[in-house]
Amino acid sequence: MTKTKMNNYSYISFVLIIPLMVFLITGLFGKKLPALSGILGTVGMLIAACLSYFAAYNYFMVGGRVDGLYPTVIAFKQTWLQFSPSLTIDIGIMLDPISVMMLVVVTTVSFMVHLYSIGYMHGEERYSTYYAFLSLFSFSMLGLVISTNIFQMYMFWELVGVSSFLLVGFYYNKPSAVAAAKKAFIVTRFADLGFLAGILILSFYSESLDFQTIIHRMMDSNSPIFMNANAASFMGVSALTWALCLIFIGGAGKSAMFPLHIWLPDAMEGPTPVSALIHAATMVVAGVFLVARLFPVYMQIPAAHDLVMYVGAFSAFFAAVIACTQTDIKRVLAYSTMSQIGYMMFALGVSGYWGHGGLGFSASMFHLFTHAMFKALLFLGAGAVIHYVHSNEMGDMGGLRKKMPVTNAVFLIACLAISGVPPLSGFFSKEEILTAAFENNKIIYAVGLVTACLTAFYMFRLYLTIFWNKPFPLSEGGGHEVPGDVHHSEAPMTMKLPLLILAIATLVAGFIPFSMYVSADGTAFESEFHIIPALVAVTAGLIGIFTAVFLYAKKNDKPEMISAALGGLYRSAYRKFYVDELYLFITKKIIFNFISTPAAWIDKNVVDGMMNLIADVTGNLSESAKTLQSGKISSYVMWFFAAAIVLSMMIVYVF
Amino acid sequence: MSNFFLYLISIMILVFGALTVTSHKIFRAAIYLLFTLINVAALYFYLQYEFIAAVQIVVYVGGIVVLIIFSLFLTHRVGFDLPEPSKLKMFFTFLSVLFAFMFCYSLVLGNEFEQSSSVASSVSINSIGRAMLNYGQGGFVLPFEVVSILLLAALVGSIAIAFKTKKT
Amino acid sequence: MTEMKFILSISFALFFIGAYGFLTRRNMITMLMAVELMLNAVNINFVVFNKYLFADKMDGLFFSIFITTIAAAEAAVAIAIIINLYRKFKSIDEDDIDTLRW
Repeated sequence: MTKTKMNNYSYISFVLIIPLMVFLITGLFGKKLPALSGILGTVGMLIAACLSYFAAYNYFMVGGRVDGLYPTVIAFKQTWLQFSPSLTIDIGIMLDPISVMMLVVVTTVSFMVHLYSIGYMHGEERYSTYYAFLSLFSFSMLGLVISTNIFQMYMFWELVGVSSFLLVGFYYNKPSAVAAAKKAFIVTRFADLGFLAGILILSFYSESLDFQTIIHRMMDSNSPIFMNANAASFMGVSALTWALCLIFIGGAGKSAMFPLHIWLPDAMEGPTPVSALIHAATMVVAGVFLVARLFPVYMQIPAAHDLVMYVGAFSAFFAAVIACTQTDIKRVLAYSTMSQIGYMMFALGVSGYWGHGGLGFSASMFHLFTHAMFKALLFLGAGAVIHYVHSNEMGDMGGLRKKMPVTNAVFLIACLAISGVPPLSGFFSKEEILTAAFENNKIIYAVGLVTACLTAFYMFRLYLTIFWNKPFPLSEGGGHEVPGDVHHSEAPMTMKLPLLILAIATLVAGFIPFSMYVSADGTAFESEFHIIPALVAVTAGLIGIFTAVFLYAKKNDKPEMISAALGGLYRSAYRKFYVDELYLFITKKIIFNFISTPAAWIDKNVVDGMMNLIADVTGNLSESAKTLQSGKISSYVMWFFAAAIVLSMMIVYVF
Repeated sequence: MSNFFLYLISIMILVFGALTVTSHKIFRAAIYLLFTLINVAALYFYLQYEFIAAVQIVVYVGGIVVLIIFSLFLTHRVGFDLPEPSKLKMFFTFLSVLFAFMFCYSLVLGNEFEQSSSVASSVSINSIGRAMLNYGQGGFVLPFEVVSILLLAALVGSIAIAFKTKKT
Repeated sequence: MTEMKFILSISFALFFIGAYGFLTRRNMITMLMAVELMLNAVNINFVVFNKYLFADKMDGLFFSIFITTIAAAEAAVAIAIIINLYRKFKSIDEDDIDTLRW
């Protein structure tokens, strides 16, 4: 790295400090000035977003390549805890292509959500608290992506989990929201246990917590550290494989990969902008980011790498199937998110490392980028719809295109993007993923293709059911009482503006030559455009779209007939393949009965028994001691006299 | 001859002391106390501390015993027998007191006291008075002042306690 | 020396006679008398020590003088309390006065 090209990136720390300050100010003083907290949060995020755009511009355009690679810049680094000369926990800011990209994504979406929430959450009782939590989340997510150090990442990872918990459970007087928040927290916490164990194993063998050091040490297959980590085995699998698989479990928990996905649909109980921010664009891709961050190490261990691929592919398909049957629009979007993250995961899984072989990696990051935009758009659009209809159920909607023209347009754009219709952003990223899969693993490619078709189908099912189908308001049969003409305009400007900005981003983001900037080994390559795979992918998407149009454009009874024909398959997909029930069975029947009940018995009878025994003994002793204090002076004198004699005898004879 | 007086005084002290704590008539007990205190004063005379003996007679005999008798008249119909404590209690109390006495007595017997070799100073009233109001070496003006404040406090306190309060 | 030990034993005997009285008596005024006996025994001790061991000083004498003073104060306060109790309970038997507990 030459000095002349080095930029000073220390201003990046402000990207973190601003949300933190906003959190503190709105959290502490927000109650006094509720209206101001929204504006403060939004302006703060705007500044943070501008700073990260500036940083991205500096990094990619001004700083540019050094020796053909984008340099990894440590903008700031401070040793926080030193365990041993080699093992330290640092707090720092690391900039490399993916973290810069994530900065842009997080600040952009966060800014949009802040802006949108001014309108959406207007009049909410805990408005300022909401903004405080939102800022806390932004802070922790930004801290996560710029971590220099796996332990720093873990801390922010947990902070993200906490703020997500707070936001999902924002409507804390709603039992379902509280349950959802608990579920999200417990499931991700459970997964984080794996993450922590993985961190410990990895850092034990690599003798470092620093990302760069770990990657540097693990990249060399002949280094003693790598040999040692690979040779040490537990249950027939090498320690390094264990570490990576455990870390992936952590990532899978946050990214809602099968079988740890159960929290994501329930987390939709939170306010819709929160879902857009946390459960679509930022937090749930943390797992992808984590794998991408440690990607060179994953490359060294094919087993772990394959695990990422298969779990990703299965989750993508599995979620897509479930999404086809759900009727709650936010749940459909949640499963769609899970499916798209599965895409990113398997793209990482099929990716190689060097040069053009790293197409999957670039594609994954590209998809992460575009997905963040259009999925945030979808969620915010859904939020606008929910705001208008006051219901989450698709059955209560229909024919809204005349009432909400802007929402209709942006929703359509987002649906086309996620279905992979050119020239929208989703097309490019998805096409790259499918190309990468085609080049590496045909089975995964097939799964990806089917999933693409399903994705297009369920997205258009969603779109058409909301905006076309039946006329609105539902005068008959809907069962939903439309509250007269409470709503006339579809949404305030603060809600429309983010939708429009994100729609524009969705339209143009695909033209960014992503692989030039973000690639596995840092070298740039031109991703070639293959006409055949692209055609196949687009065809798959179009099949899905036309099937959906055929079924849902007008109100008819074909969907019911089909679902009736599919029978058990439809029911089990509607019931999310009984994964929740399975978890319940395991936790309630097995863990509760065989572990918790005996533990509770021991706690109640042995531990509490000991305490009660002590308490009883004390009580009885004091009861009998009480009788000594009779109020009779002569007995007091007697005791006093006896004690005086005993004491003086002790003083004389004993001491 | 002097030993004879000592033994006489000692026997008187012990006998009257014992009668004080065992007498059934409370007024007699007070009178026995009076005799005990006078004998103690006699013991001080025997030890040639005339001033202490005088203080003993003035304060104890003239003050405290009179106070006690006075309070007897205030609270008792004199002449009634005091209730006798239970025999068992008396017995065990006697045993324990005897035991404690033996313990202390054995300590006194076993201990070798070391006599100061200096010449005895005079304990005339004059020298006592000078020492009491002397704030130099060997002076007792500070305890004197403290005790005088204590006396004042006791005076005020006893008046305050014995003051008739309105029934609430 | 033996004379001193003899007087000391007398004073101990007087002290424990007082203690016996204090333990067995239940009438408050007689208990007060027993206390006076004990105080006198202590006084004798001080005087005797002063006489036989530290004849050149007067500390023992002053102790006994101050103890006498304090005994007078104590007797005054005690009798005030006793009179007050008598007004309240119509008795100065300490068995009847047992509200000072718990």
